[in-house]
Amino acid sequence: MPSHDAPPRAGSAPPSDHGGRPVHDADVLVLRGGRVLDPASGHDGEADVVIERGTIVRMGRGAAEGFEGEGVTSIDCRGRWVAPGFIDLHVHFREPGQEYKEDIASGLRAAAAGGFTAVCAMPNTRPVNDNRAITELMVARAREVGGARLFPFGAITLGSKGEQLTEMADMKDAGAVGVSDDGVCVMNAAVMRRALEYAATFDLMVSQHCEDHHLTAGAQMHEGAIATKLGLRGWPREAEDIIVARDVLLNVRARARYHVAHLSTKGAAAMVREAKARGQRVTAEVTPHHLLLTDHALLGYPTSCKVTPPLREAEDVEAMIEALRDGTLDCIATDHAPHSPIEKDCEMSAASPGMIGLETTIPLLLGLVREGKLGALRLIEALSTSPARISGIEGGRLGPGARGDVVVLDPDLRWTVGRDTLQSKSLNSPWLGHELTGACMTTFVAGKAVWER
Amino acid sequence: MSALFPHRHLLGIEGLSAKDIVSVLDTAEVFYEVSRRPVRKVPTLRGKGVINLFFEASTRTRTSFELAGKRLSADVVNISTSTSSVTKGETLLDTLKTLEAMRPDVIVIRHPSSGAALYASQKVGCSIVNAGDGTHEHPTQALLDAFTIRRAKGRLDGLVVTICGDVAHSRVARSNARLLGMLGSKVRVVGPRTLMPADCAALGVEVFDRLEPALEGADVVMVLRIQQERLQGALIPSLREYSKTYGIGPRTLRYAQPDAVVLHPGPMNRGVEIDPATADGERSMVLEQVEAGVAVRMAVLYLLAADPGTGMTAG
Repeated sequence: MPSHDAPPRAGSAPPSDHGGRPVHDADVLVLRGGRVLDPASGHDGEADVVIERGTIVRMGRGAAEGFEGEGVTSIDCRGRWVAPGFIDLHVHFREPGQEYKEDIASGLRAAAAGGFTAVCAMPNTRPVNDNRAITELMVARAREVGGARLFPFGAITLGSKGEQLTEMADMKDAGAVGVSDDGVCVMNAAVMRRALEYAATFDLMVSQHCEDHHLTAGAQMHEGAIATKLGLRGWPREAEDIIVARDVLLNVRARARYHVAHLSTKGAAAMVREAKARGQRVTAEVTPHHLLLTDHALLGYPTSCKVTPPLREAEDVEAMIEALRDGTLDCIATDHAPHSPIEKDCEMSAASPGMIGLETTIPLLLGLVREGKLGALRLIEALSTSPARISGIEGGRLGPGARGDVVVLDPDLRWTVGRDTLQSKSLNSPWLGHELTGACMTTFVAGKAVWER
Repeated sequence: MSALFPHRHLLGIEGLSAKDIVSVLDTAEVFYEVSRRPVRKVPTLRGKGVINLFFEASTRTRTSFELAGKRLSADVVNISTSTSSVTKGETLLDTLKTLEAMRPDVIVIRHPSSGAALYASQKVGCSIVNAGDGTHEHPTQALLDAFTIRRAKGRLDGLVVTICGDVAHSRVARSNARLLGMLGSKVRVVGPRTLMPADCAALGVEVFDRLEPALEGADVVMVLRIQQERLQGALIPSLREYSKTYGIGPRTLRYAQPDAVVLHPGPMNRGVEIDPATADGERSMVLEQVEAGVAVRMAVLYLLAADPGTGMTAG
């Protein structure tokens, strides 16, 4: 019998530490003179980072002194930001089943190119990742590919149908970091209650897609004045708020590691804030697009802006930024949802929801930093330290002993989003064709460069 | 593209100016007369091709566009979903590209998805006329309603127009609210709150709960069709109660102006949203609307497809 006693160190069984292009395959890697942002220690200032055999051994001003000569690779990081590799709790890699949109190889390349060293793949594959065999397949595939590490989420219920619980303990053994029926909500409160209790037994994170489907039948976008003008069926905020409220109540006794996926409403943010103040066990993520766009983006019916939950109103965007600043929203997750022109070059009602996000997150959110709406250290924390803490994935810090998962950013590099610049197979981004500022220059996984711009 | 109407497509009332709308209505007056002649045909669009592409059932709109095209001497082809490749799984994009390859001058499209007409205009080179897209717009209906009202009342400016019923699911209401508001009418909407869209005032209308105050002083009463399927959506409890509280008939019409006219875009549910006596009565504009529909659609096709310098009635 497998043991479930071990603490949730999903990172202790790294599925894919090796592979990628061995650009800097030296024993010792020295990142010199960058602006080093390490939220775990609160460090934000010029420093060196020294990585030896995949592990950080020194970090600080002058830390590189004495590291020279044979076997030492030195990288000049002046003018660059050096941060812990990002961890994304919410991506869709479409493998198995819809590899024409994305597969684990292209998805992990896109992750590395965006500065992500670990990603959590949602289970809405075809078939649904609701059993050990599919979890194992995804983990094995990622190990084969190498580069950024992949941690699958298993489904909460068989087929994500909301009825019967999956073999969560078995999937955890196979490498699942948590459970979620993402794409659909567990609508039945009794099933959700048991899912929370059962997942808590095995210390698995439960990520909920909060949507009362009765309130969103036929919905194409956020309910409001813009939906009324466009004649599109609206998704009211209450559809999200009701499920957050219900789950928070159910979790008072269940005490599971309950996590709100892609939170989008001011009301849900307020509820999570209050629940945390009462000491309840709840965490939440927000996507870059819910931090930046409103329902006005739907004018002209661009299918690239059709997402679930939908783009809300300016007051929600403000509430998201405020909640991210004060820690109500723990982390940023992309909800990277690749689709091909088959799903997106069509009339609105036929379009699938979702947009890609891995490779645009950094430039877009650096915009919030430049505008003074978000601190640089908080941004890095929400992309690395916080998701590591929530998920148990090892990473999110730069101190001695930490994994050599490090990203080097150029905050000023300008580039245009397009086929030539993206690693993802899909182009369903509202920023397609836009020039953005800021890019990930090098991504190290366990000290190995898996991405270089 | 005509100087009178500087647009390549007619996708909605939104995007048109008051001047554009008046151009269509004035042009339609000429074609209205043409349709009353013994020979109701002019050579204006000879050699032009018009395709009516209908993804939803329609009798009056499709027939009206067909007659409009034929009276202008265009070659008109009708395609409806039951006879098209859509039943074989063809996408809207492929259907549009296939039809475009046959070099039509105008595609008239009706589609259940809001935004479909705009999408079509982005994909093909010919002119697109929106004959109803989901619950978004139905511009030629609003134009023919305005034409009918202007004929009956002599003006649009300063009129009080009350739109009754299922505003939430109505493209007719959206197009009419935009058009009439632009031309100076005061537009009211009324119905149970379950049939009102969120932030309804965003359409530039005054929203009423109860019929009687909404009809007070109205010059025009526009009745919307109530659909049977609204019962399933828990939007109304019964057609009986709807009829009792929001039905337009002799009793409720007393609140409107004595010379108020009643419009209905059809098809009517007699005895539900409209009393049969009112539907057939002297205030009813229902058949006038149908006649206006042909003239207005002739005007639209003429303004979009006629070669520059072509007169309205000459080739």
